[in-house]
Amino acid sequence: MRSLILASATRVLLPLLWLFSVFILLRGHNEPGGGFIGGLVAASGVALYALAFGPAAARRVLPADPRTLIAIGLVLALGSALISTLGGGTFMTGMWSSFAIPVIGKVGTPFLFDIGVYVVVVGIAVALVLTMAED
Amino acid sequence: MTPLLLYIVFGAFAAAVIAPLLVRWFGDRASAVLAIVPASVVGIVFFMLGPPPDGLLQATIPWIPSLGIDLSFWVDGLSIIFVLLIAGIGTVVLVYAGAYLHDHRDLGRFLTWIMVFMGAMLGLVTSGNLLTLFLFWELTSISSYFLIGFLHDDAASRKSALQALLITGAGGLSLLAGFILLGSAVGSYELSAILTSGDAFRSSEWYLPGLLLILIGAFTKSAQVPFHFWLPNAMAAPTPVSAYLHSATMVKAGVFMLARLHPVLNGTSEFHVLVGTAGAATMILGAVSAFGQRDLKRLLAYTTVSALGTLVLLLGIGTETAVQAAMVFLLAHALYKGALFLTVGIVDHETGTRDVESLGGLWRMMPMTALAATLAALSMAGLPPMLGFIGKELLYEAKLAAPWAPWTITALGVTANILTVAVAALMTLRTFGGASSSVRTAHDPSWQMWGGVALLASLGFAAGMAADLVATHIVGPATTAIRGERVETSLGLWHGVNPVLLLSLATLASGAALYALHRPIRRMTAGWRPWKAERAYDAALAGMLASARKQTLWLQSGQISTYLALTLLATLLLVGLPILAFWPQLSMVVAMDLALLPTVIAGMMAIAAFLAVRAKTSLGSIIALGVVGYGIAVLFLLYSAPDLAMTQFAVETLSVVLLMLVVAKLPEFRQMGSRSTRLWQAGLAGAGGALMTLLVLFVTAEPARMTLATFYGEASYALANGRNIVNVILVDFRGLDTLGEITVLGIAALGAVALLRLVVDKEDGR
Repeated sequence: MRSLILASATRVLLPLLWLFSVFILLRGHNEPGGGFIGGLVAASGVALYALAFGPAAARRVLPADPRTLIAIGLVLALGSALISTLGGGTFMTGMWSSFAIPVIGKVGTPFLFDIGVYVVVVGIAVALVLTMAED
Repeated sequence: MTPLLLYIVFGAFAAAVIAPLLVRWFGDRASAVLAIVPASVVGIVFFMLGPPPDGLLQATIPWIPSLGIDLSFWVDGLSIIFVLLIAGIGTVVLVYAGAYLHDHRDLGRFLTWIMVFMGAMLGLVTSGNLLTLFLFWELTSISSYFLIGFLHDDAASRKSALQALLITGAGGLSLLAGFILLGSAVGSYELSAILTSGDAFRSSEWYLPGLLLILIGAFTKSAQVPFHFWLPNAMAAPTPVSAYLHSATMVKAGVFMLARLHPVLNGTSEFHVLVGTAGAATMILGAVSAFGQRDLKRLLAYTTVSALGTLVLLLGIGTETAVQAAMVFLLAHALYKGALFLTVGIVDHETGTRDVESLGGLWRMMPMTALAATLAALSMAGLPPMLGFIGKELLYEAKLAAPWAPWTITALGVTANILTVAVAALMTLRTFGGASSSVRTAHDPSWQMWGGVALLASLGFAAGMAADLVATHIVGPATTAIRGERVETSLGLWHGVNPVLLLSLATLASGAALYALHRPIRRMTAGWRPWKAERAYDAALAGMLASARKQTLWLQSGQISTYLALTLLATLLLVGLPILAFWPQLSMVVAMDLALLPTVIAGMMAIAAFLAVRAKTSLGSIIALGVVGYGIAVLFLLYSAPDLAMTQFAVETLSVVLLMLVVAKLPEFRQMGSRSTRLWQAGLAGAGGALMTLLVLFVTAEPARMTLATFYGEASYALANGRNIVNVILVDFRGLDTLGEITVLGIAALGAVALLRLVVDKEDGR
């Protein structure tokens, strides 16, 4: 059973939710938000899309398979932790840019780590929702 | 020297990583490319390190200094003899394996594991620290598990792999415990300190327990009675593995350990009795069992058990001659046994059978193989001028001069050797000699295969001819390292007519006689098993599995209500009992000034919770639970925890969606339990709720400890450039925790997806 209202609303809501999730991710270091919450918001967008158009359609709007997203996120997080070791520092030492970007503030490896968390959370939540919704 | 040492150990590991790629590029020839690594190690040892004159090469790289664990290397004569064996035979086996596993789909995996194993062995024999040594020891067990179980489609192969892993793994744990006792008694885990503290350890109260634990580790690895049975079973591995791991290298790791710690352990009657008895028993049991075997590989496996027993016995005797004999025999055995195992591989490969009864006359079809194998068998039988002859002469000399029970030991040794001679004859004459054979089409394999046999067998011959070179450069330094004092060694083929030579002649004559009579004797003893230690293993394993099954049936009923009840009960007991015990000391805040809004929300949550229990449909229940969740989120918001509130909202939304999707697949929502079950469940739930309420009241009554909050408040922006303390803690201060959590979450999600798919596929009949 397809709901016309849900379908029309979802078309508008999905981009907005994703944009909002990125906003939450970016502001996370200074204001309420962060990778975990951002990831959950983005995943709820996909869940909404799956309810409106079915899991197969939801898979098509994803940039990659959710399992690949989990892997990418873990690699990003681990990579951010390893960057400091290249310079001879301890594992996971935070490294920061000397300049500040508007809205986000200074950019550093913890920020990259947060992006990794974001991607992992999206991958996990979407993988579970879509697998449940399929068959 | 340090870079060279590092190459010796870590070159093989690096090669293991690229092995699958090499197979993609070069196909079967990848194994020959990989053989460059061990071959270069042999080259380095010969031409660059040279035999260490008196002492040794040492290098230390700090690894975990806070735990006193350094990656330190200790290369003395003992290490050199083992490095030569591991790298030399490794080269031959690698070249051989490429042809043996020609076009096998898992050749890449095979080569990876064999290189890992090689690196682990090289690390083991060059380690200068007990703990790193243990690490490499375990790595050999693990890599050998994968190599024995290489033909993983075969159930027997998997069982043997598991058996070897469990036995050597258990031995490894025992060894670690022994190392810890030794390390704490001496005060250091560095070999440099330990090898000079023999007296201190022998007089300490930790000596006997430490000795026993270390011996269990060494005996399991080197297949000593009563742990010997895993070795013949490990013959399920592909033949190159049997030749490499189960004759030349891994099974000698236990012998290596005894030799390495000889200066610390040797010298007490406990040591002599324990090690000597185990060695003698293994020696005789292996030789007797070998004689009755039909499968050529198992036959060789049992003679390997016997040889390992001989080596352990010699180290147990512990005199200078005995140690020297052990080193010569180690070398001779590795050369001839490696060659013979590779021969069996060729016979199996070409004829499709390893049954000694159905083979014969192969020398016409594969002359090169037959010639090389015969040369190796001559060394095994101990005929001059092979190295095996010198080994056996020394062996008799050491046994005759043993400080205790020399006659018993010599008698046992002669018996074992007579059987070995007969088995060597059986192995070659029955397979290659004679005329009758059911096999018609066999022929010599490619040179990669018979060349290895020929090389190893000729080395056994060359070493016998140039015994003095072997003595000064290899055996002498090794004996010096084991004895802990300078030992001059000279070896020769001819020592004049003496008791030892007469014993040798008697052995050969009796062996030949035994071979002449082998048909009736073998028929008589067919099916005779001297000792079934394996039964104890099987019983222990079956018992463990049965108890695990019972426990699983009890705890893992598959009903969510049982799981919840068990979890709640455990929590109630573990948290509730301490609360009762400390009741008088606890204080709680009972009266609080509650604002209107939170009170209303809490009331709504209570009503929703009640509705969730009473709901007639699953949909109603889920929605009511959702109200509870959102209520918590609003409370977080009201008490200034916006991050928590946002997370709670998002999680709650997603879990409602997930629950809906699950419920759609569940059968109809019905009340199943009887009235008494429901009462008991209600009571349990009520108790759980009461416990949590109490906990919250107690915790809020405690004066808040602000040091941590103050620290994070101050450090968040100053150190981590972020004003959102929660997020900074998550991604920076406690980032390692988060990394662990997302990894676990990711793995859990993959597991859940796999399980769900499994159910779906089953339903679809796929």
